[in-house]
Amino acid sequence: MVGILEDKDRIFTNLYGLHDWGLEGARARGVWNGTTEMLAQTPEWICDQIKASGLRGRGGAGFATGLKWTFMPRQLSERPHYLVVNADESEPGTCKDREIMRNDPHRLIEGCLVASYAIRAHDCFIYIRGEYVFERERLEAALIEAAAARLIGKDNVHGWDCNIRVTHGGGAYICGDEMALLESLEGKKGQPRLKPPFPAGAGVYGCPTTVNNVESIAVTPEILRRGAEWFVGFGRPKNSGTKLMSASGHVNRPCVVEEAMSIPLRQLIDDHFGGVRGGWGNLKAVIPGGSSVRMIPAEEAEVALMDFDDLAARKSGLGTAAMIVMDKDCDIVAAIARLSYFYKHESCGQCTPCREGTGWMWRIMERMVTGEAEPKEIDMLLDVASQVEGHTICGLGDAAAWPIQGLFRHFRPEIEQRIANYRSRRANVPGVTLIAAE
Amino acid sequence: MSVRRLAKDQPAAFEFTPEGLEKAAWWIAKFPAGRQQSAVIPLLWLVQKQEGWVPEPALRVVASLLSMPVIRVLEIATFYTMFQLSPVGTVAHIQLCGTTPCMLRGANALKGVLAARVCAKDHTSADGRFSWEEVECMGACANAPMAAINDYYYEDLTPEALEALLEAFAAGQTPGPGSAIGRQGAAPEGGALTLTDPTLYDGSRARPLGALPNTPAPGPAQ
Repeated sequence: MVGILEDKDRIFTNLYGLHDWGLEGARARGVWNGTTEMLAQTPEWICDQIKASGLRGRGGAGFATGLKWTFMPRQLSERPHYLVVNADESEPGTCKDREIMRNDPHRLIEGCLVASYAIRAHDCFIYIRGEYVFERERLEAALIEAAAARLIGKDNVHGWDCNIRVTHGGGAYICGDEMALLESLEGKKGQPRLKPPFPAGAGVYGCPTTVNNVESIAVTPEILRRGAEWFVGFGRPKNSGTKLMSASGHVNRPCVVEEAMSIPLRQLIDDHFGGVRGGWGNLKAVIPGGSSVRMIPAEEAEVALMDFDDLAARKSGLGTAAMIVMDKDCDIVAAIARLSYFYKHESCGQCTPCREGTGWMWRIMERMVTGEAEPKEIDMLLDVASQVEGHTICGLGDAAAWPIQGLFRHFRPEIEQRIANYRSRRANVPGVTLIAAE
Repeated sequence: MSVRRLAKDQPAAFEFTPEGLEKAAWWIAKFPAGRQQSAVIPLLWLVQKQEGWVPEPALRVVASLLSMPVIRVLEIATFYTMFQLSPVGTVAHIQLCGTTPCMLRGANALKGVLAARVCAKDHTSADGRFSWEEVECMGACANAPMAAINDYYYEDLTPEALEALLEAFAAGQTPGPGSAIGRQGAAPEGGALTLTDPTLYDGSRARPLGALPNTPAPGPAQ
């Protein structure tokens, strides 16, 4: 068997699009089975089950989904409740929600209905990133199918009116942040709002709102169908369940796969991704959770487990479980410098530390690639990173700082060597390399 | 942040086609009454689909359709990088992903192909038929390197595959999107190793479940 999860326990059975994505095919795979029974229970029961399953948000932060739902007001007021599904998947390395939306859209729609009921919402928006044109068309088609079969919408067979709509963004990474997403959904620039108020108090249009990742929403009906204990059966305590994981970079067969949480990172790479290019010994470092976590070097990757707590203990993070694998042939400094450019490009410009700091960090990183820097600039760079981290409204500042911190934490001697090599080739004129960082 | 400005040469006017107006009304109807501003991104996207780019007069049209100040629409158009503020290639606009996951798998070589065969980055070719830009992560990293050509994703590219695509577009064809090496979606090369159990697909999952696990003995609402 490949990996540790058996086929019978996989939730996303049409992950690769080998079968019919439409309503008929989805029903044959068990989607929309027992949905009426779920909605016959109370919203509290659903929240309790999801809490008991230990499902942690699949969008990266890993906040308990069931708990988040209970933050919504228990009584309906004149302000309607909203469910917003965050399908703005833009984290470098991450490509899991795309597979759900294009190959198993009904699983997501069923999840939207169940989650809307659990938070007492009659309105649901799926905010999909603008570049996913095909996925959006597929999702719209699936919504039309579901509405025609009266599974969703007004007066549906499940007895809970639920108006699910798809809207899209315009190619801004920042809109993956829930507060920026809400701004964007209201037709504004995607600049994150301050918290509090939290979305459960005042979200989209000032109404109580829950924002969840696509995968978190899509797995909930299956948890209710099979029972919370089934989901808890995978992974270590507090890291339960199955999770879509993916790899990019220097592995032999990159792909997306559903695996049990807490699978050893090395087993995941060897079993599912065909191993590291050139063998395990050729591994240099892994960024385990999308670009916004610190990297772990090969010797730690050897023993790391793919779950929230183990990777957090290694000063990294599970994030979206989308690993970027780098082997010894790659220029790891250039790889991180490219990420710095990404964050500089995607900063929304609202908070000064991030708007200015991401540019500074990128420009210094570019010089680190060639070694055209002063040795003391390494500390300056880390100082800038630490001053951006934690001093911004949203997490983008942190996300920009962490890859750099991870690089220097593990590979600082290599960059010092690079600087020394560069300087040894030139006349050492003091100050000649100090280009103002604007 | 990326600095984005409107193009110097702008057309005198913009008008939605009747189908475009219909589609715009469909988008506006998706949002609660009085919240029509929410439709601004989809409407600008409609403009871009119609014209190929977003000209300045269109911002005014969208603003009046949504009863919002023009400056707010301008903000949106310049903030969101998906909107092209100057004309792009009439046959194909290529958005090559250059972020680290694609870069590690050879996006830089693809940039070389585009620079050599099409034009300089962020420009339009001399005949106006092709243009290309480097974009940030497009979210298809398991199929890196990739490029979106006229909205659809072309994945697992090699320099040769990209050249073949360019030739096909130049010849007036529209090659089917997807993997250049015949991968099925995001499955591993050579075929999926998982999801091979036939009982997942024989309809046994659709059998009635009876009571759900952990439900209180007499269902409260049943």
